[in-house]
Amino acid sequence: MSRVAGRKKLVIEPAWCKGCGICVAFCPKSALEIVGEKVRLKEDGGCIMCGLCEMRCPDYAIYLENLEE
Amino acid sequence: MPSELIHQFMRIDHLPHIWCAGCGNGIIMRDVAVAIKELMEDPEVRLNREKVVIVSGIGCSSRAAGYMDFNSIHTTHGRAIAFATGIKFANPELEVIVLTGDGDCSAIGGNHLIHAARRNLGLTVVTFNNDIYGMTGGQYSPTTPTGDKATTAPYGNVDRPFDIAKLAAGAGASYTARGSAYHVRETIDLIRQGIKPEGFSLIDVYSVCPTYYGRKNKKGDAVEMLQWQKEHMAPAVRYYSMSEEERKGKLLVGALTHNNYPEYTEEYEKMVQRCQADMKAKAHK
Amino acid sequence: MAKKKVVLMQGNEACVEGAIAAGMRFYAGYPITPSTEIAEQCAVRLPQVGGKFIQMEDELASIAAVLGASAAGVKAMTATSGPGFSLKQENIGYGAMAEIPCVVVDVQRSGPSTGLPTSPSQGDYMQARWGTHGDHPVIAISPATVREVYDLIIRAFNLSEKYRTPVIFLMDEIVGHMREGVELPNPNDLIINKRKMSYHDGANKQCYAVPEGEYVPTMKPFGQGERYNITGLAHDESGFPTNDNAVAGALYTRLMEKIDHNLDDIVRVQEYMLEDAETAIVCFGGTTRAVMTAVQEARAAGMKVGMFRPITVWPFPEQKLRSHLSRLKKLRVVEHNYGQMVLEVQRAVAGQTPVEFLGQVNGTVIPPAAILEKLKEMEG
Repeated sequence: MSRVAGRKKLVIEPAWCKGCGICVAFCPKSALEIVGEKVRLKEDGGCIMCGLCEMRCPDYAIYLENLEE
Repeated sequence: MPSELIHQFMRIDHLPHIWCAGCGNGIIMRDVAVAIKELMEDPEVRLNREKVVIVSGIGCSSRAAGYMDFNSIHTTHGRAIAFATGIKFANPELEVIVLTGDGDCSAIGGNHLIHAARRNLGLTVVTFNNDIYGMTGGQYSPTTPTGDKATTAPYGNVDRPFDIAKLAAGAGASYTARGSAYHVRETIDLIRQGIKPEGFSLIDVYSVCPTYYGRKNKKGDAVEMLQWQKEHMAPAVRYYSMSEEERKGKLLVGALTHNNYPEYTEEYEKMVQRCQADMKAKAHK
Repeated sequence: MAKKKVVLMQGNEACVEGAIAAGMRFYAGYPITPSTEIAEQCAVRLPQVGGKFIQMEDELASIAAVLGASAAGVKAMTATSGPGFSLKQENIGYGAMAEIPCVVVDVQRSGPSTGLPTSPSQGDYMQARWGTHGDHPVIAISPATVREVYDLIIRAFNLSEKYRTPVIFLMDEIVGHMREGVELPNPNDLIINKRKMSYHDGANKQCYAVPEGEYVPTMKPFGQGERYNITGLAHDESGFPTNDNAVAGALYTRLMEKIDHNLDDIVRVQEYMLEDAETAIVCFGGTTRAVMTAVQEARAAGMKVGMFRPITVWPFPEQKLRSHLSRLKKLRVVEHNYGQMVLEVQRAVAGQTPVEFLGQVNGTVIPPAAILEKLKEMEG
């Protein structure tokens, strides 16, 4: 598990997502998409865990979580 | 499960909130929570969460008080600053933060705004300024730009708008600043700065209302409205490095004024000390 | 026992001294005739006792600041007159809904709108009950003498704290501006209530919850670790807004019942020469003295007349009035208005006894002679 120590994980809470698309539009790596009015991480990834989506999500539906050791 | 931050500072049983998809208010409410968290962790401040009181009035903005897990009071329309005045003056130990809207604080509550600023009472006011009355369905507010449309301005708004931060500065507030829903990091810093100094602080945060203001005025969706903020508002570092020509059509995101005016409750306490010293002196005569 | 000192005092001044004796340490107000002396006296006295005085920008701000101060745990008061009382109404309803104790003094003056600012009247009787919108509980107390102002403002604070609701202290220009010698009670003899506060461990966030059979919630003031929400919206036991009709209905009902189920504790009346009376004059506040003089003169003339005076003017003491009806042949209501409490009297009496009215609305006082003359007309 040391490979992920100190790393972060992107968490999406679909029940809270209202599908506004703010996180998608301002993601510097275009790693997110809206499907069926809910945000999700694109299959080909590219997320750099910068956290800009969390900062601008008005609904607290997407955020970074610190992975435990 | 929400993030640790939201879990720690919001009443998660009552989330998701009632605001529309893309409403800027959720972003600004989070900014306030982060600013408080940073001040709690700041060794020079050590803000005590139990002493924080969130006060709001009526309107979309004012639902924020109920969502935030602090001492909170959702008051009547326009009166948030007047209630906050009573709370702060009665117990100056409390850190009183007012969350209000453009209509709530500059129309129906305008008188309280200017007088609290004039007294320089130690409150922090954060406006969720979306240029419209959202809760009632899109009527023009004192910050709706001239010519823009609203349900009560179907042919274009004739009124001229207020700049709320300048209004507070003119009335005597120690600290005034302008933030935006787009400029998250800068806005958190401005709110944090506002909570810190003694005296009246106002941070006018430009929100976005895609549902009413955006739709009525063909400003696009939330993304396009935030894009507008990105292009037309400049954080202080960049703003002050721009030429006069480059600044045209750009609004500063940053502090407008930062003065060290005497704070009201401290001045009152000095008066009480004088009064009681006089009484003692007279009693000894 | 030390001889008590008689001091010359104005009604408005007694209001301030009594309030301070009751523990009032926060006053927010706006100048308005004929209540201004209350603000002026608070400005002098509160700094002396370590309290807070603030002259706010308007009447709306004054009541809002008072509610804020009370939420922060300080006993608070504001004072005004008719025009200002109108302006404060929305937040009086907020105080009732959010259950924030405070005392609102209304020194009534004559007429609607700006009226006759320096002249007496009792025209705000109904406004004290129904001034703010929606069904809501009200306690209103009306003093008749300077000493009573002192005693009853303490009672107003006690009831406000006990029931967590704004109490209206319904003075009038006669009582507010009257100066007389008063012997004040020994401060050690006073009974002073404080609001009941729960001592949750912080885990219980149901701060508006009340146990079975109780009506008044017991949350602590802000800043003492409970972190609850206050709102003027219909709310659940956690203080959070709700659209649940059952929850809202239960809240509105509890707010009314906390007063209605405690009438014995809340309602006070003054009965004067009423034991054997056949005619009772019903009056309140500033008209009381003229009525008492008229009663004495009527008795001297052999008429069996007495006085029934609500001290608690809201809720109206209807049970107490009805308890006398089997003996009374006539009721005459004397008020300094066009006929307001008389409507409550008629409602309480429900046709059992004839009710007549004597009022005056020209801004002058009703003299005892006028009351006596009307009594004689009635008898004759």
